[in-house]
Amino acid sequence: MAFRNYILVCGGTACESSHADQIYQNLLEECKAQGVADEVQIVKTGCFGFCEQGPIVKILPEDSFYVKVKPEDAKELISEHILKGREVTRLLYDKESSRKNARVEDIKFYQKQFRIVLRNCGFIDPENIDEYIAREGYQGLEKALFEMTSEDIIEELKTAGLRGRGGAGFPTWMKWNFSRQVEDDVKYVVCNADEGDPGAYMDRSTLEGDPHSVLEAMTICGKTIGATKGFIYIRAEYPLAIHRLEIAMQQAREYGLLGENILGSGFDFDIEIRLGAGAFVCGEETALLQSIEGKRGMPQPRPPFPAVKGLWGRPTVINNVETWANIPVIMTKGGNWFSKIGTHDSSGTKVFALTGKIRNSGLVEVPMGTTLREIVYDIGGGIANNKKFKAVQTGGPSGGVITEAELDTPIDFGSLVRIGSMMGSGGMIVMDEDDCIVDVAKFYLNFTVDESCGKCAPCRIGGRSLTNILEKITSGNGTLQDLDTLETIGEAMRKGSLCALGQTAPNPVLSTIKHFKDEYIAHIVDKTCPSGTCKKLVRYSINPEKCIGCTACARKCPVAAISGERKQVHIIDQSLCIKCGVCMETCKFGAVEIH
Amino acid sequence: MAKMTLEELRKLREKKQNEIQKRDIEGKDARIIVGMGTCGIAAGAKPVLDTFLEVLEEKKIDNVSVTQTGCMGLCYVEPTIEVIVPGMPDVIYGNVDVETARMIVEQHIIAKQLVTDHLFDRPAADIIKKDGGK
Repeated sequence: MAFRNYILVCGGTACESSHADQIYQNLLEECKAQGVADEVQIVKTGCFGFCEQGPIVKILPEDSFYVKVKPEDAKELISEHILKGREVTRLLYDKESSRKNARVEDIKFYQKQFRIVLRNCGFIDPENIDEYIAREGYQGLEKALFEMTSEDIIEELKTAGLRGRGGAGFPTWMKWNFSRQVEDDVKYVVCNADEGDPGAYMDRSTLEGDPHSVLEAMTICGKTIGATKGFIYIRAEYPLAIHRLEIAMQQAREYGLLGENILGSGFDFDIEIRLGAGAFVCGEETALLQSIEGKRGMPQPRPPFPAVKGLWGRPTVINNVETWANIPVIMTKGGNWFSKIGTHDSSGTKVFALTGKIRNSGLVEVPMGTTLREIVYDIGGGIANNKKFKAVQTGGPSGGVITEAELDTPIDFGSLVRIGSMMGSGGMIVMDEDDCIVDVAKFYLNFTVDESCGKCAPCRIGGRSLTNILEKITSGNGTLQDLDTLETIGEAMRKGSLCALGQTAPNPVLSTIKHFKDEYIAHIVDKTCPSGTCKKLVRYSINPEKCIGCTACARKCPVAAISGERKQVHIIDQSLCIKCGVCMETCKFGAVEIH
Repeated sequence: MAKMTLEELRKLREKKQNEIQKRDIEGKDARIIVGMGTCGIAAGAKPVLDTFLEVLEEKKIDNVSVTQTGCMGLCYVEPTIEVIVPGMPDVIYGNVDVETARMIVEQHIIAKQLVTDHLFDRPAADIIKKDGGK
């Protein structure tokens, strides 16, 4: 018997951590208890992208979009929605509007999105190969094995204009072609799933929601370049993604879509998972290959590029998860179709992990050429808590800040570099007026300093020097000379570092100096932090006109820095104050002021 | 399942495609909405809903979505269902039983003719409009 309702429960890491699995189990039980178990199919899918509102449950065919669902809501969802056909209004995303307006396509978050990479996320059960196959899955592989030659495939990728989504944007077809042209009896295909940018989780969600797309793409690549072995390098902190990949590989092997003699074509290809220990530098391709070989993850000079001399000295195509996920679609729909999406020099779409001070944080996929303003305001819903927009950081610790003035820049590889940032892998962190720009630069720099492998001096010593200077500035001991020094060291790191980690590490510092010089000067000359973030520059005081002497602040102060009699004006002793801000939170009369 | 050949993969895809398409709401232009309020359920709306799904499956019709709603306010002729097919007036059928459900698919959905014996008013809100809701 056919199913009359489909309940899609988000099974991404974000929703799982808010008990999505319990919701799934409860729904199954409730269906049984209320006698509709064989009429309703409950599917645990990949990430819907709307993580801000998770856990998400979507019921079809009504297309009701339920948000922030709790395990105990399962009973009501089944008894009301499934049995009686009444939507549970209190759980709908848009509670105000009538049933028609609660549809997914009417939710602003989804309106400007176009999904290629995330095509199956939130729709299929990632642990069931049949559902992937039903959505044109492994059709690209069929073509690659039986209809197209290696040259045809590379030509198709060239027409598509696909560029690597890992950060640098190198044309994928060229990479594949280099490896194909090298004559060697052993070649390798590698998937870089070592996603390390703070705040980025595009690759994790893709693997969790649609693991087969990566397996299919790697197999297609193997056929194209003549490799029979692939590796997926993924960090051990992604247990759910690893689990789903393992299931997917097992199922693909059972179906004969991976392993020996794939689909009877005579072509052999198999994939192994290699777990990384979470070192950021291992996302750099040469360091990653070292790590797969069992060595310490340190970058190697290029050339030779991995495409020519990679894993164990053999030609190796290494692509990022998102790049791989595009390939099956290009194979089925054609390079021509793909090239029409996006802009001339950057075709296709890009997935971004939108986080920070944004109203709708989540995973978004937009055609290249969409402006930052559209992402931040239309999809992201603007800044949370009605604060003022300050900047967006793209490209994680390798990128730079983008300010209000540049919000209308279309997002593609070229444009972002022109305004001093970069595409990076797709982290997008939104900052508001409460964020101190010097502190942000310090945060990213501390990250790259921690993650530097220490092999080359510009990165190891330069990074440390930059952090020391920023520390000095945020403590109120900076001089104007420091700004020049920051720039000089930054430039030297750019030119002299061995790999992209060191070359791009000064970017957050250089771009914030460029766009927010005033704020640096405020820290250095006026010794103040305009947003009140840098604790050492902040001073709390009590306004004698507003203080009524209630003693509330003095009782809360953890270091007894506030003195004053009852009904007398209180005073903060600056030499004792640790600037924790508790007095300000405690005061009901707004008498505590921050300077 | 054992290892597949190309033919087997294609067959499996075709079969699964049909199944998963039912989940896809795009391209479904016709809708059958079954009134499943307490009155509807008591009058037998449940087997009617099942019948619609069965018949649509049997006749391999995949552009019709079957959904349910609460009470339509015509409790005296339950079970009631609403059928929306592009190019035809939206109608409400009353006193629908399993046989009528089958007939509605065959006549209304496939042959594009109204099943006159079971035709009832559109809901009150639509009748008030001067143009009769159309």
